[in-house]
Amino acid sequence: MKTKLFKSVFLVSLIAIILSSCTKDLNRSPFYGLNTDNVYNDPSNYIHVLAKLYAGLSLTGNQGPAGKPDLDPSSVDEGYSQYIRTLFNIEELPTDEAVCNWNDPGIPELHQMAWQSDGYWSKAMYYRIFYQIPLCNEFIRESSDANMSSRGFSDADQTTIREYRAEARFLRALSYYHAIDLFGSVPFVDENDLPGSFYPKQISRVDLFNYVESELLDLQNLLPDPRTNEYGRVDKACAWFLLAKLYLNAEVYTGQQRYTDCITYASKVATAGYSLEPVYANLFRTDNNLSNEIIFPVTFDGLKTTSYGGTTFLVHCAVGGTMNPLDFGIAGGWSGYRATVDSTPDFGFANHLFGVTPQNPKGDTLDSRNMFWTNGQVMQINDISSFTYGYPITKWKNISSTGAPGSDPTGGFVDTDFPMFRLADDYLMYAEAVLRGGTGGDMATALGYVNAIRERAYGNSSHDMNSIDLNFILDERGRELEWEAQRRTDLIRFGEFTSGSYLWPWKGGVKQGEAVGDFRNLYPIPIDDIIANPNLVQNPGY
Amino acid sequence: MRKTFTRFIPLQLLLLVIAAQVMAQGSIQGLVEDEKQQPVPYATVQLQGTGMGATTDEDGNYTISHVAAGTYTLQVTYVGYATYAQQVIVASSALTVNISLKPDYQNLSEVVVVGYGTKQIKDLTGSVSSVGSDQFLNGNIQTPEALIAGKVAGVTVTSNSGMPGAGSTIRIRGGTSLNASNDPLIVIDGVPVDNNSIAGAPSPLSMINPNDIENITVLKDASAAAIYGSRAANGVIIITTKKGVPGKNKVGVEFNTNNSISQIYKYVPHLSGDQLRAIIDSAGTTNMKKLIDSTGNTDWQKQIYQTAFSSDNNLTIGGGIPNVPYRFSWGFLHQEGVLKRSEMDRNSLSLNVNPSLLDDHLTIALNLKYSYAYNFFANQGAIGTAVTYDPSKPVYSDTSLYGGYWEWIDPTTHKPASLAPRNPLGLINQQEDNGHANRYIGNIQFDYKMHFLPELRANLNLGGDWTRSNGTVFIDSTAAAYFTQKGQFTQYDQKKTNKLLEFYLNYTKDIADINSKIDLTAGYSYQDWLTMSPIVQDSIQLADGTKIGPSGYPTLNAAGDTIFPGGIPYKTENTLISFYGRLNYTFMDRYLLTVTLRDDGSSRFAPDNRWGLFPSAAFAWRISDENFLKNSKTISNLKLRLGYGVTGQQDIFNDYPYIANYAQGDPTAQYQFGNEFYYVLRPAGYDANIKWEQTITYNAGIDFGFINGRINGSLDVYDKKTSDLLSTIPVPAGTNFSNYILTNVGAMENKGVEFTLDVIPYDKKDFTWDIGGNVFYNHNEITKLNKVEDTSSVGVLTGGISGGVGNSIQIQAVGYPTYSFYVLQQLYDANGNPLEGQYTDFNGDGKNTPDDRYIYKKAAPDVTASLYSSFRYKNWTAGFQLRGSWGNWLYNNVASDFGWLNSIDGSRHFINNLVPSYLDTKFQKAQYTSDIYVENASFIKCDNINIGYDFKNLISKKFGLMATFAVQNVFTITKYSGLDPEIQSGIDNNIFPRPTIYSIDLDIKL
Repeated sequence: MKTKLFKSVFLVSLIAIILSSCTKDLNRSPFYGLNTDNVYNDPSNYIHVLAKLYAGLSLTGNQGPAGKPDLDPSSVDEGYSQYIRTLFNIEELPTDEAVCNWNDPGIPELHQMAWQSDGYWSKAMYYRIFYQIPLCNEFIRESSDANMSSRGFSDADQTTIREYRAEARFLRALSYYHAIDLFGSVPFVDENDLPGSFYPKQISRVDLFNYVESELLDLQNLLPDPRTNEYGRVDKACAWFLLAKLYLNAEVYTGQQRYTDCITYASKVATAGYSLEPVYANLFRTDNNLSNEIIFPVTFDGLKTTSYGGTTFLVHCAVGGTMNPLDFGIAGGWSGYRATVDSTPDFGFANHLFGVTPQNPKGDTLDSRNMFWTNGQVMQINDISSFTYGYPITKWKNISSTGAPGSDPTGGFVDTDFPMFRLADDYLMYAEAVLRGGTGGDMATALGYVNAIRERAYGNSSHDMNSIDLNFILDERGRELEWEAQRRTDLIRFGEFTSGSYLWPWKGGVKQGEAVGDFRNLYPIPIDDIIANPNLVQNPGY
Repeated sequence: MRKTFTRFIPLQLLLLVIAAQVMAQGSIQGLVEDEKQQPVPYATVQLQGTGMGATTDEDGNYTISHVAAGTYTLQVTYVGYATYAQQVIVASSALTVNISLKPDYQNLSEVVVVGYGTKQIKDLTGSVSSVGSDQFLNGNIQTPEALIAGKVAGVTVTSNSGMPGAGSTIRIRGGTSLNASNDPLIVIDGVPVDNNSIAGAPSPLSMINPNDIENITVLKDASAAAIYGSRAANGVIIITTKKGVPGKNKVGVEFNTNNSISQIYKYVPHLSGDQLRAIIDSAGTTNMKKLIDSTGNTDWQKQIYQTAFSSDNNLTIGGGIPNVPYRFSWGFLHQEGVLKRSEMDRNSLSLNVNPSLLDDHLTIALNLKYSYAYNFFANQGAIGTAVTYDPSKPVYSDTSLYGGYWEWIDPTTHKPASLAPRNPLGLINQQEDNGHANRYIGNIQFDYKMHFLPELRANLNLGGDWTRSNGTVFIDSTAAAYFTQKGQFTQYDQKKTNKLLEFYLNYTKDIADINSKIDLTAGYSYQDWLTMSPIVQDSIQLADGTKIGPSGYPTLNAAGDTIFPGGIPYKTENTLISFYGRLNYTFMDRYLLTVTLRDDGSSRFAPDNRWGLFPSAAFAWRISDENFLKNSKTISNLKLRLGYGVTGQQDIFNDYPYIANYAQGDPTAQYQFGNEFYYVLRPAGYDANIKWEQTITYNAGIDFGFINGRINGSLDVYDKKTSDLLSTIPVPAGTNFSNYILTNVGAMENKGVEFTLDVIPYDKKDFTWDIGGNVFYNHNEITKLNKVEDTSSVGVLTGGISGGVGNSIQIQAVGYPTYSFYVLQQLYDANGNPLEGQYTDFNGDGKNTPDDRYIYKKAAPDVTASLYSSFRYKNWTAGFQLRGSWGNWLYNNVASDFGWLNSIDGSRHFINNLVPSYLDTKFQKAQYTSDIYVENASFIKCDNINIGYDFKNLISKKFGLMATFAVQNVFTITKYSGLDPEIQSGIDNNIFPRPTIYSIDLDIKL
C-alpha cells in the first residue's frame, strides 16, 4: 500500500515538473510592431518614431483616416482630435473670422464664447498637446547620448539621431507654446518623467514661457540651418520664428514686453532666404510644398497622410450652398463654416476687413485675399444654424495651382499642406513689434515688408501703405492670415478678444455682439484632468 | 477495499453481475414502474451489500440471476425517484418482485457537473443552479444561453437584439468589472470556450446548436467557481451536451422540426408626413419648407421590415454499441430576421462517443462539434435611418440613378448630398454583407482509474476551440452613400485557435473508521488563444521593391480599384497556465467542507504580476440528515451553505497591456519628409504594473424541501467585493501615451439576495401542475475609483450616445451604481411642460452649465424576477413564463437625438423626420443631457406561452410524436415610451427589434 502511495506521489511530482516547464509560454509579446525594449536598439527605427512626432500634428491615429486612434475615442472623437482642426476651431470660431452652423458638441459654445470647464474643443486641444509632449519626451529620453553610446551606435548614426532629438525638442516646445497661449499654467513633464500614472506639477505661465524660450534658444544652435533640412522637417528658422511669436505675445504671457527680442528673431527669419509666394492663393493649394514662403508646414496627403482634420477639414468645412465641390477638388462639402461678415451699421468696425458693405456686398475684390463666396449667401448672420447666412471662404482647396485635383480619386482626403509658419506672418510680426516700440528694427523695413505683402495681394503697388499703425496691423493680419488659426491670439494681444470695444455678430451669444468675461482669454484646463491630477488648479473664472 | 470502492461506481455493475453468476443459485425478477404505471427503463436494481444487481430493460423488466439463498435488501434507484428498498427472501426458485417507484421531487441525488468533476446535488457546498433540457425555454431559440433566460435566480440573460443569431448578455449576480469583461466563463463539455466575437458570425454562441444541449449549470458563488480562478469572477456557465445512453443497445432516432414566423409587434414612434409638414409649416425654417414635399406619407419602417420565416431541424441518432454509448446529431437552421434580407443558415454536427475500456478502468469521452453558419447581415444602419428619414419622400425615384431609390441630391453637384441620410431600403438592398463562419469545438477526455490504486483517477483532457471565418461586404456602385468612390468592396477572414490541455488526479477515499470521506483533486491546465486576421499574413512588395507589411485586405471600390490599402494585420495570443486543487471532506455524511485553490499565470501581465492565487472554502450542513429531522414527513431537505472565495478577472480585450508597444501605422497613416513617406511607429499607452482584478465573495444559502420536495427552494445572500478594478480612466495629462489607460484602480461591491421556489401543487396520473419562480435583488456600488482619495472627483464619463459627436450620458462614480446616468435636471413650467434649456442650478452659480449635472438613476435593475408554470392534462401540456425587471432605467437616445425642431436640419440639402417626443417637449434645440430622456424601463414580459400534445403510440408503441405550439415575446408591460425597455447598456439607440415569434414544434421519436 505504501509503495503504491509513493508511486502515485512520484507520478504526480513528475507530471508537475514536466508541466511547470511549460510556463515559459507565458512570455508572449506582440507579433507586429516593436516595444520600448527593442525599438530604440535599431538606429533605423528612429526616423519612424520621429515621423510619428511630426504626424501628431497631422494624423489622429495609426490607421488613416480614422481607426486605431491616438486619444481615447470615448473622450474625444477621433476626427475632432486632429491638432490643426482643433487649433483652428479654438483660434477661429470665437472670433470675427468664423462661425459654424453645426450642432456638434462644443461648436455653438465656441462662437458664443460660452465654453465651460468641460468644453469639448479645449479638452481636445489640451489632450492633443499632452499627447505630443510625452511622445516627444520618450524619444528625447531614449535618444540621449548616453543611451546611444550604450547601444553602440556608430558616430554617424549618433549625429543623425542627435538632429532628430533636436527636432523632437522643437516639437515639444511648439506644443508647450500652444499650451502657454491657450491654457496658461499647465502640468509640466519633460524627458525625466517616465511614462506611468503620476501627478505632474503645475507650472506657472511665466515659468513655462521661460522654459520654452530656453529650449528654443538652445535649439537654434542645434537645428540645421534654414532651408537645409528635408521638406516637412524643422530647422533653425522654425526656432527663430517661434521665438519671435513667443516674444511678440510675451506681454500677454508674462506681463513683460519683449518686442526687441521679437524683432531680433523675426529679422533672422526674414533674412534667411525665404520669399513670398507670388500668387497668394497658391499657398493653400495641393502644390504649396513647392512654395519658398512656407517655413514650417504640417504635411497632408490624400492617400498616405489622411485624417478627418487638417486641410481635409479646412477644405470641406466651408463648401456648401451654391459652391461646386469639384472646384475644390472634393466630392462634397460639409456646409459648416462661414466668415462672420456683417457690415450693417451695428458693426461699423467689424468685418470691414475686405470692405464689405450692403452697397458693395462683395467687398474689395481687387484684394486677391478676398475669397468670400457670396453667390446664394446672405451677408448678415441672421441665423447661425443656417449655412445660407454669412460668406464661406474659398481659401483652402484640394486642387493644385494649375487646377489639377488632389491625389485621392474619391475626393475625400486632401493633399494640401498646412502652413504653420510662413514668411508673411513673420513680416507682420516684425512690423507690429516695431510699432509696439521694439528696438533693433526700423519703420522703413517694416513698411517694406507690409507693402511686399500688399503688392502680392493686389498684384501691383497701387495699395501700398505710406504709414501704418497697430489697428492696420490687426486688420492686415486678419486679411492675410484669415482662417489660418491665428485670430484669437492676435485679438487677445490687441485687447479685443473679450472686450466690448470690438464686437462681431453673435459674440457672447447675442446677435449684436457683447463683451464677455476677460477670463475667456484663457481656456479652462479640462475638468477631466482637474479630476485626474490633484496638483492642478483651474484657471480663474471656470 | 476494491469492493467498497466499486459500490460507488454504477458503471461497474454489469461487470459485477457477471462475476456474481459463478456462485449464485436462485434469481429475482420483476417490473419497475413509476407512479403512473409506466415502465421505468434503465433503473438500477441492487441487492444491498452483495454487489449484485441489474439494470431494467426498455420495458422496465429486470432479472438478477444466480443469487445465493438468503435474505437481502433489494434497492432500486432511478434519477428523479425516491430510492426504493424492500426485504426479499431468495430461495432456490425464481422470485418475482414488482416495484412501484415514487417520485422524488428534490432530485438530491442528481449529478451535476462542477469544474473538473461531478457532484450530487446533495453534496454541493456552493451556490450552483442546474437547468436540464426539460426545463429549457422552448420555441425558436437560436443560441444556447437563451435557453435559460429567466430560469435561474441571479442570472440575467438579455438578448442583444432581434438579429438572427444575436447573442445575449449574461450577467451573474451583476457585473463585477468596469472595463474588463463582465461575461461569465463558458465551459462546453470541459472546454472553456472563447466568448469573444467571431468575424462573420452574429455572436460566438450562435455557432452552438441549442438542441444538442442536455444541461446548463451555473456556478454562481466564488466557492463553486473559484476552481476556475482568474476567469470566474463573473461566474461560470457549464454546458453539457447530450450523450448516448449507456446500456441502450438499440438505435434511437429522433427528428425535431421547429417552424416559426416572426413579426414586429411595434414600430419606433415617429411622425407621419402630414404631421411633419404641419410642424414645418408652423415652425420650420425656409430651408425646411423648401425641402419637404407637399404630399407623401411613407412609413419607412414598414419598408424595411418583413414577416420572417424560420425552420430549425434536428436529426439525432443515439444508442450504445455494447458499452460504447454514442450520439450523433445533425441540425439545420434557416433563420430569417424581421429586418429584410437578414438571415442565418446554420448546419451543425455533433458526435459524442463514450467508450469504457480495460474493465471500465479507462473511460473515454469524445465530444466533437462542428458548425458552419452562413450569415447575411442586413444593413442595420437602415433601422435608425428609417425612423428619421423624411416621410414625405417616395421610396423610389423616377430615375434609374442610385438603384432607382429616392435620394437627397446636392443641387450644385447633382450628386447625392454629402452627410445626408440615405434611402433606408436602398441601404438594405444595395449592400451584400455575407459572413461564413466555421467553428470546431472538440475534446477527448481520458479518465483512468489506476489498476494498482483504484481510489486514484487520472484525467487527461485534450481539446480545442477553433474558428475559421470569412466574409465580404459589397456595396453597389450605384449606392448613394458610396457614389463618389463607386461602391465598395471589403473582405475579411479570421482564424481563432484555442488549445487546451488539462490533467488532474483525483483521489477518493471513504474512511469508515472516522466516519469521513475524502475527495481530493489536483490538476494542471494549459490554455492558449491565438487570433489572427487575415489568416494569411504576407508581406507586400511595393513598386519600388521595398517590403511592407504583413498587410490586411485593402478596401476596394466595386470596380476593384484600391480605395484604402490594407492595414497592419491583427494577430494576438495569450496563454493561461494554472495549477489547481480541491478537497471535499465529508464528515458523518452531513458536514461537508470544500476547499479549493487555484494558481493562475497569465501572459497578459508582467512577470512580477503574472501569477494570481485564488482560494475558496465552503461549508455545508445537511440539517435534514440530523436525527431530529431525519424522519420528518414535512421537512424533506434542509441544508445550510456558507462560502467564501476569491476569484479574478483578466479578460481585458488586450493581450499585451503591460508592454509599451510601438505599433506601426497603416499605409494611410504615414508622414512625409522630403519626397519620402515614412510609416510611423507609435507607442501605445500602457500600465507596466497592470495585474489581476480580484473579487472576494461571501455567500450564505439555505436549500429547503418540504413534502418530499413538492415544495423546493433555496435562498442565498451574497456580498461580492471587487478590488483593483481594471478600469479605463483618464490618466493625468502628460504622463502616458494616451489620455486614457487601462489600469487597476478602484473597488466595487455587489450585494444581493436570490430566492427560488418550485412547487408542485398537483400531481396525479392525469393532471400535473408545476409552478416556480425566482426573485433576485442586487445592489451595485462603486466604492473607490481613483488612486488617491479625492472628494472633488466626479467620476469617469462613459456611455457614449448618438447625437453630435462625443457626448456621454453615463458616469462611473464613487457611491453610485455603475453606469449611472449623469444628466441635467429638467425644469418644468406650471403646466408640467419642460422649459427648454432650463435646468436646476445645482452648483448655484446662477448659470446653466454642464457642471450642474447630477447623478440620476442607472441602467441595471434592482430586482428581476420570473414566474414559470407548466401543466399536463393527459396528453396535453401547456406552459408559460413571465419575467420582470424593476429599477432599470433607459436613456431614450432615439428621442433625444430626433425629438427637437432643429434636428429636422434643412441646412445641408436634406431634412430629417422627428420623433413624437418633440410633440411633448417642443424643444427647439438638442437637449441631450436633460433627464427628461432618462425613463423608467421597468417591465414585465411574457417570454413564452406554449401548448403541446403528445401523440403517444401514434402508429406503433415505438413511434412517438410530440407537437408544441409556442408564442415567444408575447407581450411587454412597461411605462417606457420607446420600442423595447430591455436594453442592457441603458442606452436605447435603435436596436434590431425583437419580434414576436409563433412556432410549431414537432418531435418524432422512432
